Amino acid sequence: MGIGLEHFLVVSGLLFALGIFGIITRKNAIMVLMGLELILNSANLNFIAFARYGGLNIEGHIAAIFVIILAAAEVAVALAIVLNIYQNYKHVNVDEINKLKE
Amino acid sequence: MGLFELAFYSFAAIILISALGVVVSRKMMYSAFSLLFTFFGVAGMYVLLNADFIAVTQLMVYVGGILVLIIFGVMLTQKITGVDIKEGSVGKLSFAVGGILSAFIAVFFTVMYMNVDWLLKDAPITDSTITQIGNSLLTEYLLAFEVAAVLLLVAFIGAALIARRESN
Repeated sequence: MGIGLEHFLVVSGLLFALGIFGIITRKNAIMVLMGLELILNSANLNFIAFARYGGLNIEGHIAAIFVIILAAAEVAVALAIVLNIYQNYKHVNVDEINKLKE
Repeated sequence: MGLFELAFYSFAAIILISALGVVVSRKMMYSAFSLLFTFFGVAGMYVLLNADFIAVTQLMVYVGGILVLIIFGVMLTQKITGVDIKEGSVGKLSFAVGGILSAFIAVFFTVMYMNVDWLLKDAPITDSTITQIGNSLLTEYLLAFEVAAVLLLVAFIGAALIARRESN
């Protein structure tokens, strides 16, 4: 049986579900970030799969590039914030962090 | 089974097994290294989908940049005593909610993707997508491209500023 669009989409859907599971069940902020990266990767996989099976449409590739750019910016800012939180709280558990300012 | 199928199923297995490793392993360093294999698997998928430029970008940005940042984050937020961070469970309730929600999402997506009658087009035979991507980025998407550049600059300056602020 040949590999079609559905195969790639199912892989990306399962990756998305795993990312959601990681985000919900982890307390550590960095683990939440890793789950977020899984979700962004699954979205990108969808973009590229649709681009390929829509006649190698290059606009899907452009969207994927912008998603990658935003992921890089997001993870840099998020890790800086996490480091600051760690300095103040000595832990990075997202469900115990409830102050914006001391 | 042809070479394409073999490659697809190997990459799919790498992606799903290592993504499972990311979300279930108890030590954060193991999760970070599992994430490495997930990114490699996704890059392999991009190669299978004729997206050579995106595959290389994935390797350079995700593996070379984001993953290194995440590993730095893991190491910098460990306890000073050197105890490994082992995340305790978040409680039965949120574990159950997460499991049920993600199982529902997985089943929903699988059933939906299998049942939609997609409008497919044959891909033209091309050597590389880089020329098309470059033309498209510098004509139709020029504004978005420049805004993304400014966004990256602002984000990295801001990140450096936030991260080096002293706490006292």
